[in-house]
Amino acid sequence: MNAASQQAWNEGNAKANASCQTQRRRLTIDPITRLEGHGKIDIFLDDQGDVEHAYLQVPELRGFEVFSIGRPAEDMPQITSRICGVCPTAHHMAATKALDDLYQVQPPPTARKIRELVYNAFMVEDHALHVYILGGPDFIVGPQAPPGQRNVIGVIQKVGVEVGKKVISMRRRLRELIAYFGGKVIHPVLGLPGGVSKGLKAEDLPPFKQLARDTLDFALFTRQVFNDIVLKNPDYVKLITSDTYTHRTYYMGMVDADNKVNFYDGLIRVVDPGGKEYAKFPVRQYREFIAEHVEPWSYVKFCFLKPLGWHGFEEGPQSSVYAVAPLARLNVAQGMATPQAQQAYEEYFNTLGGKPIHHTLANHWARVVEIIYAAERIVELINDPEITGSDLRLIPTATPSVGIGAVEAPRGTLYHHFETDANGLITKANLIVATQNNAARIAMSVDKAAKGLIQKGRVSEGLLNMIEMAFRAYDPCFGCATHSLPGHLPLRVSIYDRRRRLVRQLAQS
Amino acid sequence: MPKPKIAFYWCASCGGCDEAIVDLAEDILGVVEAVDIVLWPVAMDFKKKDVEAMPDKSIVATFLNGAIRSSEQEEMAHLLRRKSQFLIAYGACAHLGGIPSLANQFEREQLLRYVYEESPTTVNESKTRPQCSVKNNGHAVTLPELRHVVRSLDQVVEVDYYIPGCPPTPKITKAAVGALLEGRLPPKGSVLAPDTALCEQCPRKSSKPTDLGFTQFKRPHQARLDPELCFLAQGVVCMGPATRGGCEAPCIGGNMPCSGCFGPTSRVRDQGAKMLSSLCANVAGKEEKDINGVLSGIPDPVGTFYRYALARSLLRRKVDLPAPAKQTP
Repeated sequence: MNAASQQAWNEGNAKANASCQTQRRRLTIDPITRLEGHGKIDIFLDDQGDVEHAYLQVPELRGFEVFSIGRPAEDMPQITSRICGVCPTAHHMAATKALDDLYQVQPPPTARKIRELVYNAFMVEDHALHVYILGGPDFIVGPQAPPGQRNVIGVIQKVGVEVGKKVISMRRRLRELIAYFGGKVIHPVLGLPGGVSKGLKAEDLPPFKQLARDTLDFALFTRQVFNDIVLKNPDYVKLITSDTYTHRTYYMGMVDADNKVNFYDGLIRVVDPGGKEYAKFPVRQYREFIAEHVEPWSYVKFCFLKPLGWHGFEEGPQSSVYAVAPLARLNVAQGMATPQAQQAYEEYFNTLGGKPIHHTLANHWARVVEIIYAAERIVELINDPEITGSDLRLIPTATPSVGIGAVEAPRGTLYHHFETDANGLITKANLIVATQNNAARIAMSVDKAAKGLIQKGRVSEGLLNMIEMAFRAYDPCFGCATHSLPGHLPLRVSIYDRRRRLVRQLAQS
Repeated sequence: MPKPKIAFYWCASCGGCDEAIVDLAEDILGVVEAVDIVLWPVAMDFKKKDVEAMPDKSIVATFLNGAIRSSEQEEMAHLLRRKSQFLIAYGACAHLGGIPSLANQFEREQLLRYVYEESPTTVNESKTRPQCSVKNNGHAVTLPELRHVVRSLDQVVEVDYYIPGCPPTPKITKAAVGALLEGRLPPKGSVLAPDTALCEQCPRKSSKPTDLGFTQFKRPHQARLDPELCFLAQGVVCMGPATRGGCEAPCIGGNMPCSGCFGPTSRVRDQGAKMLSSLCANVAGKEEKDINGVLSGIPDPVGTFYRYALARSLLRRKVDLPAPAKQTP
């Protein structure tokens, strides 16, 4: 292009931008999966070019609760795992626990320990995926790094190729453990009411003992990586605690009898934005505390605390919005059940300044604390003499009617609720899924980031990064949220003028 | 010579198929070096207009997973068909409809009414529903349309090959990609997996009796499952006889019966009907009362025999569901 046409081009471009800025506009932030709909953000600007509102939309629905009707309850662990191929073990386990409740049958100690072992192995591999590959690039490579480097390749360059190999091999070995018991790692089959289908042979134990030791080493190594790269950098700590990423909401998570974090079983505890216990209830009472709100612009439903009523996408004491997942779990607990995790837990709260922590980005650190707990728990379980026991099942005899089960999925509390006829065929199903609990808070984070960054029609180049970071910290899974499709969400921002002409596009390269 | 272009895409799916591809990442590094991945939503960035701008047939192969439920998925299936030399239905949902197609037993209205009005935790006095197009505080916000029925990929566009499974195993995926890159392709329309029943490769094959003579069917939670004995010999429904092999029986390895995710072999038109006829021929009773007693152990025939294949089966959907048409959900 010659200089004259370059100048004409630039002028035309500037004019178009200027005229655009004076109009009310609509911005679409579109995940790469827009066309089949994993999640989409529409931002509306007013006449001054400031943000009126940002909508986070989830555009699909598969309807598992309805097409479960008439199916045998014992098929639910396998059918509901198809809600999400990223966290099938969470759905499989929540449904299996609902079946225990449905048939009023407690698994024998060996079966319970096998379930918990499989579950903690799943938590480590899933969290590791997020820390190193999906969310990690924001911190390990750095939020200011060019988008082209903020990916797994960038992580490997920063921490070394050996670490990259370690992450891949750790995940593979943990997934092999899940497949040992579950047949398959994607959509396992081990769960039955009152137990598991397969036990651990004593001769197969030694390699799993080695795996347990290696997993704990890996967890402590991950903590070191996080300390060295994130915590020693005051800019990162400042970013984590910045107002853009802070919401004062309620928090929900599962705790054991001592109010310590537990992923597999326990009571549900809720704390208010001041950190005071608001409620503590057995899973069977979830309907008294959780309700779902419908908006016309998204297929996802927004959970809120039922006794408080829906007050919109608000934070603070008058709000009924709550959060789940690592940040929330650490906020509702009074500690970790294992020593190294407890140490990490104390360091986390001491550094960030007391409880509760309201900073969305602290989820990344909380995830590291949880990896340590899960790894220590794996070591305990694999060295438990009962783990190789042969008593795997209690055959149910009770007449089924209602069964409710919950686990802490990596992305938060997951409830499965089934009602059946006397023959154990489903008459009603209700699923409250991890990301759905967080949906209102995620929508608020998007709105806040948009409002903070878009002023007087100027769309900051940083918008994409900032919203992406707010998103990624939650590790959202909209597949789970609508029982429809999964999505770790690379985002795209599209800016349209009033006539829907594409004016500008920001995207990760 | 430029590397061949490959695409991965997902529709109404759970993401398990993409996880399956991630799981074999270490193994297919060689393959990845040999090809140019132009589209993979779970791992890479892309724009629809980039795909639209590609010359027709410029992608050598697109592996599409997931069933087709929404208007957007349908549109994307057509676009990728146009741009690809080979369109491959990857996984049970694209191949046969998969578990999401069990929804074809229910009306869309029932689904929406339950989710947004009737479910025990929904609080929605104004009966608000998600809308394809809605004015909210003056903002026009749009959502894609949900169709009445769930379809397999070949019920929407022409498909060249199928890779079965929920999800497909690394082994058959590697074999299929290898065959494609080396041009060793079977006739169009083939399922790229062994064409024998799962029983043939089942580790419990030797314990399968020639005459089963079912006197009752037990549901898996009702019985202690022998870890060595053929499930059918234990009176537990196992889809092995009507299901294609190639998975190497991982569910059996987990001591649970096959639920049929690889679909039928090439000699069988309808997986559920095949299984039904095979079981019924072996029911011991001759009187209707006895037969009914035996069959009461299979309380959900559709979910048992067509768990992954309802959309692609002869039944396909509830007969009174309206045909796809323009409608607001």
